[in-house]
Amino acid sequence: MPEAVPPAPAAILAAMPITLTINGRERRLSVEPWVTLLDLLREREDLTGTKKGCDHGQCGACTVLVDGRRINSCLKLAVSLDGASITTIEGLADGSRLDPLQQAFMDHDAFQCGYCTPGQICSAKGLLNENQAPTRQEVQELMSGNLCRCGAYTNIVDAIMEVLEARGEARAASAEAAR
Amino acid sequence: MNPFSFTRPTTVPDALRAVVRPGGRFLAGGTNLIDLMKENVERPSALVDINRLGLDAIEDLPGGGLRLGALATNADTARDARVAKRYPLLASAILAGASPQLRNAATNGGNLNQRTRCYYFYDNTTACNKRNPGTGCGAIGGVNRIHAILGASASCIATHPSDMCVALAVLNATIRVTGPQGEREIPFGEYHRLPGDTPQRDNTLHPGELVTAIDLPAEDFSAHHTYLKLRDRLSYAFALVSVAVALRMEGDRIAEARIALGGVAHKPWRVPDAEQALAGQPASAESFARAADLLLRGAQGQGHNDFKIGLAHRAIRRALRQAAAGTPQSQTDKRVA
Ligand SMILES: Cc1cc2nc3c(=O)[nH]c(=O)nc-3n(C[C@H](O)[C@H](O)[C@H](O)COP(=O)(O)OP(=O)(O)OC[C@H]3O[C@@H](n4cnc5c(N)ncnc54)[C@H](O)[C@@H]3O)c2cc1C
Ligand code: SF4
Ligand code: FES
Ligand code: FES
Repeated sequence: MPEAVPPAPAAILAAMPITLTINGRERRLSVEPWVTLLDLLREREDLTGTKKGCDHGQCGACTVLVDGRRINSCLKLAVSLDGASITTIEGLADGSRLDPLQQAFMDHDAFQCGYCTPGQICSAKGLLNENQAPTRQEVQELMSGNLCRCGAYTNIVDAIMEVLEARGEARAASAEAAR
Repeated sequence: MNPFSFTRPTTVPDALRAVVRPGGRFLAGGTNLIDLMKENVERPSALVDINRLGLDAIEDLPGGGLRLGALATNADTARDARVAKRYPLLASAILAGASPQLRNAATNGGNLNQRTRCYYFYDNTTACNKRNPGTGCGAIGGVNRIHAILGASASCIATHPSDMCVALAVLNATIRVTGPQGEREIPFGEYHRLPGDTPQRDNTLHPGELVTAIDLPAEDFSAHHTYLKLRDRLSYAFALVSVAVALRMEGDRIAEARIALGGVAHKPWRVPDAEQALAGQPASAESFARAADLLLRGAQGQGHNDFKIGLAHRAIRRALRQAAAGTPQSQTDKRVA
């Protein structure tokens, strides 16, 4: 049997229709395949809270939640997320009531210039969703995907520990960090 | 990024058909491919998104093994209760790599197929036989701190950067692939290759073939194993040298030893002689040193990376000690156990 002839290449410059739920709002968008989620959020949706630090997965400034899981939005093509639900820093507060992480970051001075902060907070949100980091040491390791040029690390961990404690999920010391 | 067409097939046959176009590439988590496309190192004309093929399950195999779907994420794999219990070495190696965000996106198939982190490979303005065959190798005689000490060639001294693959090598995994010529299985040790004079080929996958799963055999090394990774900072950095060890102990004696090195060669490095030399031996400083000698036989530095030889020797001995004692390296507590 002759091999099936591959279908003609889709016209290359065509934008594709996708649907994303961004911070709870359903958005029907037309997006070229090479647009990253980060560029879509910042340039087309005007959600500039999410930052571009390195654009190569090396800093974590672009961290957002996709279906509740934290990823680097700079390395994700928007078209590959069709149907997904995205949460950015703009979507964390409930009206004027800040997310407990946002409040804790303020209470603990967990930033200086603030550039890494949206990524830090979204990453911390993802960390809480993962339910894997009850100790300070584990929080440190599992926040290592977010760099801070200002070196606010100690206060960032303090802020996250406070939220964990408020949720009753913190453990004092890593008795035996098995992993 | 250069323009490309994008398709999102939902069946494997459709994905195989879609990728045969010249310049077609599979897109999994995108954490390596998109990065390289931004650098114009990869310039696919057609991307085939393989995330909706239903290949993301982790399933028990009859007889006690485990099948890891190629599209299961690194995070889901490391956190899977069966992986954590039966293959803790694999979970540990995955958790030693990249960052939580990257592991949430990165897939098992993508991890196997990730490209080298050689600086010259990433820099389109320099000579690189892997990126542009025949142009030469910028790293030989250049900046080569991260490069290979074993198995390198006059064409290429790059290393394979994966942590997960070092554990898979020790666990004798099998790679399941499907392609235009049908399905086949590749023993892990035959998947990645040495550069020789064709460094553009990282592995033995044929053009157009898709990795569908990674099978782990029904073997239990959970009592004596370790993944020890040494790097320039404690987290979120590639290995300079890493060591995966799995031992079967009978009392104080080693009944079976498996050791693989990461960060030192174009593929995870195993040496049957070194493993055999440990079989039947007591777990002792002498037997460990002998194994390290055999693993590093023929090791050669390139200048900046000469330190890796001594570092690897010490890391091998330390990892063997950790595994024999049943005290695997924690990936959270950064003190070397
Ligand atoms: C900043 C940074 C730090 C990192 N640190 C580490 C580290 O410390 N340790 C480590 O091990 N890794 C590290 N990584 C690499 C990371 O693990 C890989 O990028 C990831 O595993 C690739 O998986 P992916 O699904 O995103 O692959 P993709 O980027 O989607 O694909 C990579 C390649 O594999 C091919 N491919 C993907 N799936 C298949 C398949 N099923 N069949 C055939 N071909 C396929 C693609 O065509 C492409 O060529 C790091 C990455 C970054 C960006
Ligand atoms: S070591 Fe290999 S990848 Fe690096 S420049 Fe030389 S040929 Fe290219
Ligand atoms: S901008 Fe995405 S990780 Fe730096
Ligand atoms: S607060 Fe400035 S980079 Fe983190």
